[in-house]
Parts: sequence; structure tokens; C-alpha cells
Amino acid sequence: MSENTKDQNTISRRDMLKTSAALAAAPMFFTKGAYAKDFTNNPGNSSTVTLGFNVPQTGAYADEGADELRAFKLAVKHLNGEGDGGMMNTMKPMNLTGNGILGKKVTYVTGDTQTKSDAARASAKRMIEKDNVIMFSGGSSSGVAIAVQSLAQEAGVIFMAGLTHSNDTTGKDKRRYGFRHFFNAKMTGSALGPVLKEEMGTNRNAYHLTSDYTWGWTQEESIRETTEGLGWNTTAAVKTPVGAGDFSQFITPILNSGADTLILNHYGKDMINSLTQSVQFGLRDKLVNGKQFEIIVPLYSRLMAQGAGKNLQGILGTTNWDWQLKDEGSKAFVKSFGTEYGFPPSMAAHTCYVQTLLYANACENAGTFYPPEVIRQLEGFKFDGMGNGATEYRAEDHQCFKDVLVVRGKQNPSTQFDLLDIVKEVPRAQVEYDASIFGGNLGPYKV
Amino acid sequence: MDAVLIQLLNGLDKGAAYALIALGLTLVFGTLGVVNFAHGALFMLGAFCAVTFQKILTISVKVIDPSITFFTAYKEQAYLEIWFGDVGLTIIDYAVPLSILMAIPVMLLIGLAMERGLIRHFYKRTHAEQILVTFGLAIVIQEVIRHFFGANPIPMPAPDIVSSSAAVGTWLGLSDNLVYPWWRLIYLSFSLLVIGSVFAFLQLTTFGMVVRAGMFDRQMVGFLGINVQRKFTIVFGLASVVAGLAGVMYAPILPPDYHMGMDFLVLSFVVVVVGGMGSLPGAVAAGFLLGVLQSFASMTIVSQYLPGIDQVIIYLVAVIILLTRPRGLMGRKGVMED
Repeated sequence: MSENTKDQNTISRRDMLKTSAALAAAPMFFTKGAYAKDFTNNPGNSSTVTLGFNVPQTGAYADEGADELRAFKLAVKHLNGEGDGGMMNTMKPMNLTGNGILGKKVTYVTGDTQTKSDAARASAKRMIEKDNVIMFSGGSSSGVAIAVQSLAQEAGVIFMAGLTHSNDTTGKDKRRYGFRHFFNAKMTGSALGPVLKEEMGTNRNAYHLTSDYTWGWTQEESIRETTEGLGWNTTAAVKTPVGAGDFSQFITPILNSGADTLILNHYGKDMINSLTQSVQFGLRDKLVNGKQFEIIVPLYSRLMAQGAGKNLQGILGTTNWDWQLKDEGSKAFVKSFGTEYGFPPSMAAHTCYVQTLLYANACENAGTFYPPEVIRQLEGFKFDGMGNGATEYRAEDHQCFKDVLVVRGKQNPSTQFDLLDIVKEVPRAQVEYDASIFGGNLGPYKV
Repeated sequence: MDAVLIQLLNGLDKGAAYALIALGLTLVFGTLGVVNFAHGALFMLGAFCAVTFQKILTISVKVIDPSITFFTAYKEQAYLEIWFGDVGLTIIDYAVPLSILMAIPVMLLIGLAMERGLIRHFYKRTHAEQILVTFGLAIVIQEVIRHFFGANPIPMPAPDIVSSSAAVGTWLGLSDNLVYPWWRLIYLSFSLLVIGSVFAFLQLTTFGMVVRAGMFDRQMVGFLGINVQRKFTIVFGLASVVAGLAGVMYAPILPPDYHMGMDFLVLSFVVVVVGGMGSLPGAVAAGFLLGVLQSFASMTIVSQYLPGIDQVIIYLVAVIILLTRPRGLMGRKGVMED
């Protein structure tokens, strides 16, 4: 009995250890930012924090990468309180003060994705393991975005995607640590559909030439869904190798196919080449079954338009953002970028700039760099003043929803930058879709 | 019938580009015994001769662009247009064909400098070393071009008068649907002219006779007191000019970028191997053969039954030919067999 009494009233060594551990851990639950060092590249007491900008510095998208890098540098400048502040003057709601992120001065490292998945992963890995970046961003290809996004999830470092338009990025390949501000192929289809119906009617035969990789596949799928929904017939959908150069062997079969519309699911150099060659083969001058032959480029950017020259004039497509938008956010960014570099920014630059500010703001909102908390701040975050109207980072798939621009190659450009006419600013509600349709699994917050 | 004819035309056009590059490669290999992986870069440099010439013609004065109000932006107006009005604009329109005048001396100089400055030091080295050094040189040239011209393709339109399509079907009494770009027809004709000129030069001139003799037995030509080395240096320059001209005329078909040479190089090597190492007629024949096969393999009816065949047909044919005729279509005995 006495033994039993003793057992009830005394504390064993094991109980003592458990209690001590619980007491030691208790403040962690109640103290903001007290996540110790249990996350990758915690800046701790350092006075600086490092961001990684992983962009194509060589290869087919190098010019786009260069513009992304300019935007990143501008964002860092603004975050550190230098320059005119750009969109930090228009973003709402915003907790950024121009004092770095959480009081730490922002520094950065750069990497070259080469627009190759393996090179991009290696570069991102180097940034995470050697440069200790707390977040990395950039890129101009969906293949690259998907590859580095999964690395981000494995490493527990947030990736703010640059230019990536495949449905898969925030669809079947979505990741908790990856966020996409850029629009996607599904949204392009939804935005373009009504304009196509209005301008080209409901009785057309479409021929697709499609880049043979994730972005091309999903764009073709989304555009077909849209055009077939309008009542168009799909004559053929031909996959073309990325970087084919000469597309003539794919264009000549179109001449006798009975198609009256060519949809080029190409981007960058491939789009410039396939469009130039299509025009040379007289497709735009053709009449098929009494209808004027039309070419559609669902996704294009101003940098590409410069490469395609006058061949792009009059051709419909969509773009994520254009420097000619008149909202306060866009004007502030264009002014800031133009003053710094002497020319207006591309849509890739806009996305990368916005992504950097959004990440920084999420850290300020969370009061910590601890990724799960920052992710929670980004998920469902609603903001305005950064171009394209009221915007939301949807929590379910980390896809940003905002107005989409339907544009047309300008007939008489007055300058080398004035290349696109905005046909319609399609409201966000028209391009929204159910997050579950593309499947995928975001994965855990804590890795 | 229309579809077959248009694919044939397209194949000949592609083949002309392969043949021109392969011709230069074979000339260099046949005379100097050098496997020149920088030959694609010479093709690309030719295209950039056209770009440079266009830039020279469009040297402009900057005037403030009033349409941009957020910051001080400028637009450009070419001096030629200011000075000569429509005549100036017409000269700019003809930038590509006119750039041939610049490309010939420039490419000749580049070729001679390349041979004297680098290639000659590798005559007696192994083919592997030659490949490494010329491949390295190609990358250096590419990066220099990227530094000055950027990575994006640069549009080089053909003159307005030939920028549309020719009604080939109407000419032949076939369907109106059968059209083919004027500039591609010009490219095909131009290639045939250049190939014919090179063969005439080698067959009908004393210089050409010495070069052919040197290709056959270099030592014997040397014993006859002829400085065959100097002649071969000139041949290298000639090969550079041929590659450069191919590049200049290809610029309106494929907007030039710094990487375009590499894209053609691999295919051209396959052409050279299929044609037979060191055989000029073999290179030309293989160029056209593979171009036509690649074009026909892309026809819808073919790709329906054999998806992806257009991507592998060239390599498939190369394998079959090398298995059945190890020296290629017209290869000579003893070439690259040591």
C-alpha cells in the first residue's frame, strides 16, 4: 500500500522529462515567429534575407528572362526603400514599408534555367543549398515551372512561378509550395471564346499546330474545348517538336485540309517561326468555303510580337498583362520600370515583379518567414492595385484569378513597343473555373 | 496530287538548304581533312550579315515618342527615309538581297581568318580534337552574336514584291489551292545556282582542277611544286561564303537567331555522312533526298499511320544507308576509314 501511495504522489524520472519537454515547447505555440530553426534557410538573426531569381539567361527565352531579371531587381530596390516605390504605392491591402522584409534587407542571387527542366532544377537546388534563398521565382516555361515546383515542395522553400501557362502547373502538378500569378490555358480559352464567336462565327474548321510538351497539350485541350463548344469543327491537331525551326512541312498539309482557321499553340521562337511561315504560305490571303482564312495565337507577349513583326498584325490572342493598361498599379509600374530602363516592361516582367512583392507582403502579414505560415497568408489572399483589377490567389490550387486581356496585333504600330491593341478586358468572373477539374494534390504545409 | 506536289516542292526547298551547308562541310573535309563543327555558325553568321546590313540601312534618328507619357521614350526614323523618301524605303525593303553584296567579302574574310587563325593548327590532330575545337568555336561565335543581337529571332522580311505566294497550281493547270511562297522558290533557284557555280568552278577552272587533284592525292600535287595549302585556304574561304550565302537567303524564311546554325549543323552532318564523306555530288544528292523524304513523312496520311515518323525519317534512312553502303551513297574508299 505504502508503495502504491508512493507511486501516486511522487514524480518518476520519465514524467519529469515529459513535463520539462512540454514546458519547454509551450512558448512556441504562443509566440509569433518562434519557429526556431526548423525550416529551410531560416534567416534567423541575419540582417539580410536572400531571394533567388531563376530565369532563362541563355536559350530561346533569354530576352524574356532578361526582362524578368530587370523586374526582380526593381522589386528588390522598392522593397529596400529605394526608387519611387512602384506598385508599393498602389497595392491594397499591403503591409510593406520599404524596410526590406520583416526588417531584413533584401539581397538576391540569380540563376540560369536555360529553359531546360534539369538545368533549372540544378540552378534552383544550388540557390537553396548554397545561397540559402528563402524563396525563389522566375522562369518562362511550364516544363521548368513544374520541375522546380516539385523541388520547392521537397525542399520546403516557396516558389513564386514566373511565366507558366500550362493548366498542369496549378492543376495535376500543383504543389503547396508553388504559386502562380500568371493566367493559364483554360483561362485563355474562356476569355477568347466569346470574342472568337463574335468575330468569326460558329461555323469554322480549325487546324491546330501544337508544341509537343505540357503547355502545348493543355492549351490545345482548352482551346479545343472552347472552339468545339462554339460549334467549330477540329479538322486536325498536329503536334510539332519544340524548336522545330522550319515548320513548312507542318503548314503545307493545311493548304488542302479544308480548314479555314489555324490555331498556333506555339510560344516564343516557335510561334514567331510558325506564324511567319504560315503568312508566307499565303494562309492569311486564302478564302476557304467563302470564309477568310484566320490565324489565332492564343498566347502571346509583346516581346514575341516584336519578333513576329508585321505578321502579327490583326491576329487575335490573349495576354496576361500589357503596359498600356490604364489602372493606377500598371501606370505606377510602367513609370517605374520605364524610368529605370528606358522602355516599357513585358508581361513576364510584370508577373515577376508582382510575385516578389506578394511574397514579401505575405511574410509581413505572417510576421515570419516560416513557409507554412507564409503559404497560409498567400492562400486566398485578395488584393488590388497591381494591374488586372481585383485579384485573388485561390487557396485550392494556388492559381491567381484576375481579368484577362484579349489582344490583337496592332495594324499600324507607332513604336516598337506599341504592338498590341487591347480588344477586351475579360472580367475575372468569366475565366474562373472549378479547381477540382484538373485534379492534383497540393501536398502538406510542413515538409 | 496537289498535296504531293507541294510536299515535293517543300522537300526540294529544305533539301536545298541542307545541300548548301553540306556542300561547304564536304569541301572543307575533302580538302583540309577537317571536320568543321563551326560550319553551322558560318551559316548563322551569313544570316546575321543580312541583319547587320538591315541595321545599317535603318540607322535612324531618335525622336521623342509623344504616345508614351509615363516616361521619356523614343521612336526611330531611318535616315534613308528622311533623305530619300520612298526610294530610301525601297532600298530598306530590299535589305536581304542587297546584303549578299556585303556577305560575300565579309564571309570570305571570316573564313580566311578562321582557317589561318585556328583551323590550320589542327590539321595534323585527330578528328576528335578537331570536332572539340570547332564545336567550341561555334559556341563562342553563338554567344558573341547573342551578346550583340539578343536571343530573340529577328524578323527579316523578304522584299514586298515577293513576300506573298506564287500560284503554282494555276501555272500547272492544277488546283488554285496549290500555292508556294515566292521567296522559297527564289531560295531554291538561288541554291541551285550556287551549287552549280561551285561545281563549275571546281570542274572548269585550273584552280578547281588543282583543288580536285589535291583532294584526291594531296602529296602528289605538292610534289608537282604547287602550293596546295594556299589553295585549300581559299577553299575554306569559299566554303564560308557558300554557308554565308545560304544563311543570308534563309533569313526571310527563318528569322535569324544566334542558335539557328546549330539546328542545321546536326542535320547537315547526317547529310554529309549519307552522301559519303568527301563526296561533293553525294552531299548535294543526299541533301535533296533527305529534304524530300522529311517533307513527305510529314504528310497527314503518312503521320496517321506512322506517328512521329517525320522526326526520325532522316536518321532512319541514315541508318539503313550506312548498314547497306557503309561509305554512304557516293563515298570514296579510304576516306575516314583509318
